[in-house]
Amino acid sequence: MFNKEGKKEVPEIEGSSLADIAFLLLIFFLVVTTIDVDAGIGMVLPPIPDDVEPPPVRERNLMNILVNAQGMVLINEEPSAIPEVRQRVREFVDNNGVDPNLSESPEDAIVSIKTDRRTPYSVYIDMLDEVMGAYNELRDQASQDRFGVPYSALEDDSVEQDEIRDAYPKQISIAEPDEG
Amino acid sequence: MSKFKKKQAKSKQGVPTSAMPDIVFMLLIFFMVTTVLREVELQVQIDYTSAENIEKIEQKRLVSYIYIGPERLGGGELGDTRVQIDDSLIDDIGSIRNIMYDKLMEEPRLIVSLRVDENSEFGMITDVQQELRHAGTLRINYSTLRDI
Repeated sequence: MFNKEGKKEVPEIEGSSLADIAFLLLIFFLVVTTIDVDAGIGMVLPPIPDDVEPPPVRERNLMNILVNAQGMVLINEEPSAIPEVRQRVREFVDNNGVDPNLSESPEDAIVSIKTDRRTPYSVYIDMLDEVMGAYNELRDQASQDRFGVPYSALEDDSVEQDEIRDAYPKQISIAEPDEG
Repeated sequence: MSKFKKKQAKSKQGVPTSAMPDIVFMLLIFFMVTTVLREVELQVQIDYTSAENIEKIEQKRLVSYIYIGPERLGGGELGDTRVQIDDSLIDDIGSIRNIMYDKLMEEPRLIVSLRVDENSEFGMITDVQQELRHAGTLRINYSTLRDI
């Protein structure tokens, strides 16, 4: 009734400060964002052994790597250096039964790692890095030979990737720690 | 000279700013989506070690962290090596298995990311790993930086 006088005014919200508000929020999120990718060396721990005896492993298929408290490395009872580990693992895994002291086939090869309680963590990681590097090189090589592309270029969960992974399974065992 | 100045003054040059809020909103939404707010207060000091052959964890939801490193005392001093899960320091190593078992029940595809200080001794990690094996959380990841 009273509205008849004059035109009906549509209330409008001021839109010019929208950009400012958005900027403010943007800056907040820019500041708090930590784009840290979680990366690291993936491992699968062995399950707690049941009473069942583990299947026997032939001596030649097992590569023992021992790291002591001083960070020194022993491969199959021979002293060795960390940069050598990669080459030794490659030779051991990719032996395919040629050398009677090394593994029969990549599928059978097991790398066993044992550490002392006082081994520095960084040495352990360096050593694990070398072992992983050896496997990655072998997988890359196999992938190049078979499909002409590096392993990382294969699609996840594809048949090709599974084939390579089955050919070179990462069988890394962490030895049971000593008591005490 | 004056000729040039006059010409310049006439031509109107302006960048249209009407699309600016849209662009800003787009950026805003991007950062809102990618942001992971830091959810824990670290009570241990961790300097990561680095490695070359690392893999990324794509599904962050599956990850649970265990921090191992020297305890941060007041005044920038460092104490003994301690284990931290979520927000609290663990006094009894044996209780890790229950904590992790509960987490595993919530998320069966759990990945445990071990964030360990590079100067730690491996004995502590062995103990934690034994607990993880008892809990059944077998997928682990040693968190490292990328070696350049």
